[in-house]
Amino acid sequence: MLKIKDLQVKLEEEDKQILKGVNLEVPAGAVHAIMGPNGSGKSTLSYVLSGREGYEVTGGEASLDDTDLLDMEPEERAAAGLFLAFQYPVEIPGVGNMTFLRTAVNAQRKARGEEELSATDFLKEIRAKAKTLKIDADMLKRPVNVGFSGGEKKRNEILQMAMLQPKMCILDETDSGLDVDAMKLVSQGVNALRDEGRSFLVITHYQRLLDHIKPDVVHIMANGRIVKSGGPELALDVEHNGYADILAEVA
Amino acid sequence: MTLPQAKQDATEARLSDLDLPEGGAWVSEARKDALARLRQMGLPTRRDEYWKYTRPDTLTQPQAPSAQVFDHGDEAPVFDAVDRVKIVFVDGVFNAEASDDLALAGVEIERLAKASTLDLHWARDLYGVLEARGQTPVQRPLAALNTAFAPDGVIIRVTGKATKPVSLIYRHQDSESDATMHHVIRLENGADLTILENGAAAARLSTVMEVDVADGASFHHVRAQGRDHERRAVTHVFARLGAQSTFKSFTLTVNGALTRNECVIEVNGDNSVAHVAGAAMGDGAFHHDDTVFVTHDALNCESRQVFKKVLRNGATGVFQGKILVKAGAQKTDGYQKSQALLLDGDSQFLAKPELEIYADDVACSHGSTSGAIDEEALFYLRSRGVPVNLAQDLLVIAFMAEAIDEIENPEISEDIVSRLEAWLERRRD
Repeated sequence: MLKIKDLQVKLEEEDKQILKGVNLEVPAGAVHAIMGPNGSGKSTLSYVLSGREGYEVTGGEASLDDTDLLDMEPEERAAAGLFLAFQYPVEIPGVGNMTFLRTAVNAQRKARGEEELSATDFLKEIRAKAKTLKIDADMLKRPVNVGFSGGEKKRNEILQMAMLQPKMCILDETDSGLDVDAMKLVSQGVNALRDEGRSFLVITHYQRLLDHIKPDVVHIMANGRIVKSGGPELALDVEHNGYADILAEVA
Repeated sequence: MTLPQAKQDATEARLSDLDLPEGGAWVSEARKDALARLRQMGLPTRRDEYWKYTRPDTLTQPQAPSAQVFDHGDEAPVFDAVDRVKIVFVDGVFNAEASDDLALAGVEIERLAKASTLDLHWARDLYGVLEARGQTPVQRPLAALNTAFAPDGVIIRVTGKATKPVSLIYRHQDSESDATMHHVIRLENGADLTILENGAAAARLSTVMEVDVADGASFHHVRAQGRDHERRAVTHVFARLGAQSTFKSFTLTVNGALTRNECVIEVNGDNSVAHVAGAAMGDGAFHHDDTVFVTHDALNCESRQVFKKVLRNGATGVFQGKILVKAGAQKTDGYQKSQALLLDGDSQFLAKPELEIYADDVACSHGSTSGAIDEEALFYLRSRGVPVNLAQDLLVIAFMAEAIDEIENPEISEDIVSRLEAWLERRRD
């Protein structure tokens, strides 16, 4: 599914190297987690994969189902099946949530040569999915993320994921700003989407999200590299002992 | 005070080829008064403070600069689907064949050209009267020029709630035409009317609309200024509001070499509401100026000015908006917002928001901004699969939404949005 080989990235404006050779493979149907101290490059990795401006790839490669991701525009990556759940979902005044989602769903379908979803079918689908995420009709009508609470924004991200049905989902600190109940709701939403053909890369600071979204593999990222990989127990280790031991071990 | 010689000469040069239209006593008097007002003020020059951001020379020169008639292809004209009473002017000349019967329950519609043949008419209390009142504290000589020389227009008196809008359609056929139209609208107590205006009208257009909104009456005005790239227009709306009345005006402008839309509102009755809004899109040789003056002289009234412009390829947008709150106009709630979205570095937006307040218990504010497309929002949309040009268009329409929201009729506002979308689509790279 997702293959990242020796990926090196620097900030365009600062000439500062952030990723220093990241190697990672997430097979189809797998859930991988990335943990790591602040500034280790976790969020940068998610942005570079989704095509955000401001980063320069200085080496290495990244592909989705053997298609080179790095050459594509952000919308092409999305149509190819990549989805990033933002750490800070963006507010877009004046664009209705529903309009936004219908535009996105149909743009992706069009890009893949599929037929567009009719207004009625779209409405049926979004209502059903919104209900399971406890997103009410008012939230669907309101401008994208405007006036949403932190939890509502994250639930809205998962709703988008559910509607767009991506192959590869990257969750960037989806647990940040969530209370326990909201985290459960969001995790349920994610788990409902787990499927043989769909993979997840869950970026988080805390082990508790991984109690709800159980990973197959946990990676530790530090200073622009993945320094250790292991099973779910690695996350527990971090939770109890912090990063110091692991970093000392690999130094 | 005597005018500078150059100004006097320019004014006389403009007047030399013009004759006051013939008419009955009431209108002749009003026209002569307007001519006298004009001679006293002189036509505007670029040195005048009020014309600092917009060059008036093509509006004041004797000969209208020619403007190619725009080919709309097979695009249906705006408001085409709206059930309305159509009144058509071609290059400023009334066209009976293309117009509907001027009949609507609760609404008396006359042509100025006909009403002006009478010696006495109720419109004498308004024709040139609201315009003259609007000459202080800021002079608007082009409006006086219009009052003096406009040969035609509509005179409307509304006594009930009109069941459908009255639609003024301005067609442009002659690339040299110079059209001047003057409309007078009187809404009696509790009356309700929507006026629609659309079309390029002429190579050069001057319109004045005087609107008297009596107590409890509602006036809605939606205007779409024609797409001809080379046309020039100066328009004035003068409104006077009675108690518990509502005045709402929205203007869409796409294309046009030069547009100056002035709106002068006197809020004279307690608990009344005045909203004036505009959405303008310009690409290249486009200069668009919204000049608004709202005077509050009553208790507990609300006024809104909401103007949005999207500019690219060297287009220029201007906003001069003022709220004047007179002593005693307590509990005034006045707000003005003027914003420009600059799609490239060549375009510019010049804004001069002003508040002048002589009452102590009021809430008045203004917000003026200019900026580029929000890159964060653009990336967010693209990351969900929305192609970059479609994502940009969505954000542009979203930017305009606040102005478009001022249109009350959803059918009309959807029509306006579809015009904006079509305009954007034609410009996709």
